[in-house]
Amino acid sequence: MFAYVVRRVLATIPVMGLVALFVFSLLYLAPGDPAAVIAGDQATPQDVERIRASLGLDRPYLVRFGEWFFRILQGDLGLSIFTNLPVTTMIAQRIEPTLSLMILTLILAISIAVPMGVIAAWKQGTLIDRAVMGFAVLGFSVPVFVVGYVLAYIFALELDWLPVQGYTPFARGFVPWLQNLILPAIALGGVYIALIARITRATMLEVLQQDYIRTARAKGANQSSILFLHALKNAAVPIVTVIGIGIALLIGGAVVTESVFAIPGLGRLTVDAILRRDYPVIQGVVLLFSFVYVLVNLAIDLAYTLFDPRIRY
Amino acid sequence: MDRRSLLTASAVLAAPRIASAQVAARTLRFVPQSNLASIDPVWSTAVIVRNHGLMIYDTLFGLDAALQPRHQMAAGHEVSSDGLTWTIGLREGLRFHDGAPVRSADCIASINRWSKRDVLGQRLGTLLDEMRAESDTRFTIRLKRPWAGLSWALGKPSANMCAIMPERVAQTDPFTQITDATGSGPYSFRRDLFRPGDVAVYERFAGYRSREEPSDFLAGAKPVHFDRVEWRVMPDPATASAALQNNEADWWETPLPDLLPVLRRHREIIVERVNAFGNLGVLRFNFLHPPFNNVAVRRALLPAIDQRAFMDAAIGTDTALSHVPAGCFTPGSPLANDEGLSVLTGPRSLDAAKAALAASGYRGERVAMMSASDLPVLQNLSEVAADMMRRIGFNVDFQAMDWGTQIQRRASRNGVDQGGWSAFCTTWEGLDVSVPGSHQPLRGNGANAWSGWPESPRLEALRDAWFEAPDIAAEQVIARQMQAIAWDEVPFIPLGQVLPPQAYRRSITGVVKGGPALFWGVRRA
Repeated sequence: MFAYVVRRVLATIPVMGLVALFVFSLLYLAPGDPAAVIAGDQATPQDVERIRASLGLDRPYLVRFGEWFFRILQGDLGLSIFTNLPVTTMIAQRIEPTLSLMILTLILAISIAVPMGVIAAWKQGTLIDRAVMGFAVLGFSVPVFVVGYVLAYIFALELDWLPVQGYTPFARGFVPWLQNLILPAIALGGVYIALIARITRATMLEVLQQDYIRTARAKGANQSSILFLHALKNAAVPIVTVIGIGIALLIGGAVVTESVFAIPGLGRLTVDAILRRDYPVIQGVVLLFSFVYVLVNLAIDLAYTLFDPRIRY
Repeated sequence: MDRRSLLTASAVLAAPRIASAQVAARTLRFVPQSNLASIDPVWSTAVIVRNHGLMIYDTLFGLDAALQPRHQMAAGHEVSSDGLTWTIGLREGLRFHDGAPVRSADCIASINRWSKRDVLGQRLGTLLDEMRAESDTRFTIRLKRPWAGLSWALGKPSANMCAIMPERVAQTDPFTQITDATGSGPYSFRRDLFRPGDVAVYERFAGYRSREEPSDFLAGAKPVHFDRVEWRVMPDPATASAALQNNEADWWETPLPDLLPVLRRHREIIVERVNAFGNLGVLRFNFLHPPFNNVAVRRALLPAIDQRAFMDAAIGTDTALSHVPAGCFTPGSPLANDEGLSVLTGPRSLDAAKAALAASGYRGERVAMMSASDLPVLQNLSEVAADMMRRIGFNVDFQAMDWGTQIQRRASRNGVDQGGWSAFCTTWEGLDVSVPGSHQPLRGNGANAWSGWPESPRLEALRDAWFEAPDIAAEQVIARQMQAIAWDEVPFIPLGQVLPPQAYRRSITGVVKGGPALFWGVRRA
């Protein structure tokens, strides 16, 4: 197991190298010129050229990529073209809100969606099942920003219970932190809850048909023990897989959610950087997201062994 | 528990909330128009960076509400009888945020850096013989030719502003961004709290020496009534609107027109126009390639231009939010005039435009119309322009893209089939296009001109004449002549003046009218 983990961690290095090459090349080929954005309308072509040279954007592709890659290996993601701040500093400033939002969303989604899916499978064909599936369709269909606006209107503007926007760091207290994040987490979690609930229901329906469930029933095991100990544990592998894949959904959704609720996270940083063609920031954030995704996949693979002892690495 | 103990306990419990409320009362929460990405108002031309510059830097001259230059950091100035030597004296007691006195050497270094980047600064660069410090509080600028507009240029707030920085900062290469935000303006910048895309924090500069005269736009006194101003970036207009309604923000600089009815209905919110000059809508052509390299094709558009339709699309049908007719110079500014304006105010006729286009020699060449889809005002102007062109017979290829891409595409001088372009719509800040010196759409300097690259010796000659105009009357004569040429050569077509309002809580008073959001004079009632 240890050797497997080491192998997987080492395997992330070439993966990250390929991601770096891909991201750099994509931005190199993409239209847009930060020097032109900086120079503005009053600038002459010579001014734009001088700015481009001062930013090092006039050098050949391979030289720029080589320099950037060498710096990454030293843990240096470079300086933002516009703010002149180190990209690592900008990411550090923004990582807590995004991480908080994703963790809270995960906790909310799993604690709501898994019981929903289990109950829907148990009560298959009943009103409860239909309600759960109806909710799932709604969760998939309604965009995150619509849910966000509706929640903000009801709970902030009409009821005045929660703030409309912003983020309070966890260090300033759990309650203000939660007050700022609960609406964004619910908005972001909608699709995620729908996805997990549907997969949980489908997998549970399959598991509940198995012989060992019938045996458990015959032995007089109570319903909750059958559902949550015998069935859910055996249905866990596909559910955990979906939870892992869903992290990508969360990363994508965080961009929209952070804009709607003015949360200063990595999603907004990415959008701002893309609109301005702040290449070092875009590259840094995409690399970070890729790294996180690779690690999440590793964690999911390792989690399989907890639920299914037959899986060995 | 006795009554006294209960009162004491209550007071202790309430104290932090009262203290917090008092701190909040001394903090102004402002939602700016966009993200402050850079902190250097000489390096960047972004309006938001200029607004940041007006907070933390002072200028030698400041424009009053009539756009006339007044002394600001300057105690006074003298111009020699031949008009070649300007001697400027600094006010006593001016200090930078680090406590160092403002010296002539700081001003000279700052002017020098600014003159490499700003369009009027570059004019100074060509006219400059030398700048010399006579003493720490007195310096001279010697010109090769007289330039009456120098004080205007040194005081103009439009990008790039001539911000006075400490000499050590101003010695930074003008094409490299500064990292030290030390100024001498009424607020100091807390770089340690700066999170681009989220918040920029400014604190009252206790050492600021305000002028004695009453405030008058960018001139006169700059009294500060808040200890702290926080610029909180909210990219989503609906969120900014909700934050203002929910008392989580005090002031929103650019409310979306669609949300104005909601804000106007709110008892605690005032919606009004703060910026007197707004922005001038502009339809720009590429002079290098067909069809707009043909002046007859450009002229053919004029009878079809309905400025009201453009403004309605840009900012809504509330006529208080826009102004038509608009000529080449910002309506309401001293050089605005009605010379030849009948080309846009006479009866509008698509048929006349069709006939003119048919007679122009237009052969159905593709018109690549660029549209910045992430900026609603520009997108809407482009949609109307494209529709108008189609209706009079142009073969329009409408190309939507984000602003960053359009900026790069605009620089391409290739033909339409090689990634070039034919036309686009944009807006120019009213102060920029209020005078010929900084009026880029009205320039005719060919390869060095703003995107489109028209060549017009007549316009260039008049621009040069404006720099040497002795008084405002002479400037107005020149402005009329330039506008007459503009209708003849059509380097661009003005689409109307956009006058976006601002929204703020009723508790905020003393907002300075005239231009961008300013943070002196404003207080909490």
